[in-house]
Amino acid sequence: MEYILIIISAVFINNIVLSQFLGICPFLGVSNKVNTAIGMSGAVTFVLVLATIVTYLIQTYVLEKLGIGFMQTITFILVIAALVQMVEIILKKISPPLYQALGIFLPLITTNCAVLGVAILVIKKDYNLLEGVVYGASNAIGFGLALIILAGIREQLDLADVPKGMKGVPVSLITAGILALAFMGFTGIVK
Amino acid sequence: MAKRESTLKNMVLSLSLIAMVASACLGFVYSVTAKPIEMAGLNKKLEAIRQVVPEFNNDPNAEMFRLPTGEGDSLDIYPAKRDGEIIGYAVNTYTNNGFSGYIGLMAGFKPDGTIINISVLSHKETPGLGTKMSDPQFSDQFKDKNPVSFSLKVKRDGGPVDAITAATISSRAFCDAVERAYNTLQKGGLK
Amino acid sequence: MNEIQNLTKGFFRENPLLVLVLGCCPALATTSSAFNGLGMGAATTFVLLGSNVVISLLAGIIPDKVRIPAFIVVIASFVTIIDLVMQAFSPELYETLGIFIPLIVVNCIVLGRAEAFASKNRVFSAFIDGLGMGLGFTMALVILGSIRELLGSGALFGLKFIKGDGILVFILAPGAFIALGYLIALINRLKRT
Repeated sequence: MEYILIIISAVFINNIVLSQFLGICPFLGVSNKVNTAIGMSGAVTFVLVLATIVTYLIQTYVLEKLGIGFMQTITFILVIAALVQMVEIILKKISPPLYQALGIFLPLITTNCAVLGVAILVIKKDYNLLEGVVYGASNAIGFGLALIILAGIREQLDLADVPKGMKGVPVSLITAGILALAFMGFTGIVK
Repeated sequence: MAKRESTLKNMVLSLSLIAMVASACLGFVYSVTAKPIEMAGLNKKLEAIRQVVPEFNNDPNAEMFRLPTGEGDSLDIYPAKRDGEIIGYAVNTYTNNGFSGYIGLMAGFKPDGTIINISVLSHKETPGLGTKMSDPQFSDQFKDKNPVSFSLKVKRDGGPVDAITAATISSRAFCDAVERAYNTLQKGGLK
Repeated sequence: MNEIQNLTKGFFRENPLLVLVLGCCPALATTSSAFNGLGMGAATTFVLLGSNVVISLLAGIIPDKVRIPAFIVVIASFVTIIDLVMQAFSPELYETLGIFIPLIVVNCIVLGRAEAFASKNRVFSAFIDGLGMGLGFTMALVILGSIRELLGSGALFGLKFIKGDGILVFILAPGAFIALGYLIALINRLKRT
């Protein structure tokens, strides 16, 4: 039951992009086409879950043991950067088709604040490892959901007659605003 | 300036040097700020306690104790004393029934269980609606009421509490948190 | 390019938020009021200045292949410093900005300036560049924060102008997206004329 709560809350109510404002750059950057959006969501899900596990273990067994919690930011970002590199190398070796699909998105993920953000939030919320993984995965799903919906709308927008100044980023932002408004309707469904 | 060559020795050397200098700087800043950070947290707590109990001259923080709620967890109780005599208890209470989940309150009780005052510590309620629970118009109606005769229920549930317009769930949650504090105190045998 | 141009480019021509559209996450999340925007801008400016100067000094001794991790360590150190200092001396602001202080580390502006400018220029130029970019970002945050605060709660820097509640949605998440969208559209319009 608790896990279902975490999932619903992370995917719909506190959607990572539309209400927590994490991962906006890729949200605006790769939402032109539904296909790229799906690729990006896949890559983010993969890295996010992995990063949540690794940073959680480091926080509990290294940083807290040594009493150097203040090194959190610096350690987490280095771990995530290294992790992304490693995933890239391993994927290239063992699964070229998957690398083809996700490869170009991987370097972008290091500076995706969703990954570092979720890693820090898991620690802040005092989750245990399993809850952290569930939370990380559902946030990744929430990210994918928002990204794919926006990409779907933007593909339609290409056909619409948008005023010149509004083309590109502004109209995407306003679309995202309306999406966020719609997602606000989910607040209160879990009491 | 000529770039250093990217030999393995150079890379390892420069990276570890930078990391070492960085950690040393951070360690220093941490040791300087550790004390003020602790003080800031403590001041915030004391300020909240001061708001909900009469003037005291002991150190409620040092005399803090915990009482079980009977729901598997416990609440922090801060006794306020003037010249050694107990004049009130500040209870750090909570509810998970808010519109957006967790709400933390500091509730002050006289030794006979009468509510002195209540202040909101943390919440994530909707701005402009649920946030009004921090306003005196709402929280003042609990002042000088004893839960023995004043049931902690909103009018819609047959109680005496005027709910905030359009934020019944937040109001109900507020009552729930106060009731938890009251019941815990009573069960703990503090009269 | 002379140093004055170097300083002012961050305000208009290359404003990191309004023109280059970098650093959107903190810009949307922390601008529920003008003051919060100012606080976030100040913290980012500090990190930009510090990292730009140090990276410009270190650029000569860092081998090319490990420059990105080295830059990240420098940036993360400055972020941790501002994080600890704010926690100690401005706990209330720290609480409102919350997780977005450690997240300055992944703000594309900071790493972007380090890679594109600071590592290739002298210390003084890098300092000016960081200052200009930081202040430009701060300016954009304050403008966005003011618009949202004015529409959402009828106030500016906490001073109430209009009685009543205002248009709540502008303080909430959707309003952030919509306000920034229209602001960038306005800049696009101005740029063309």
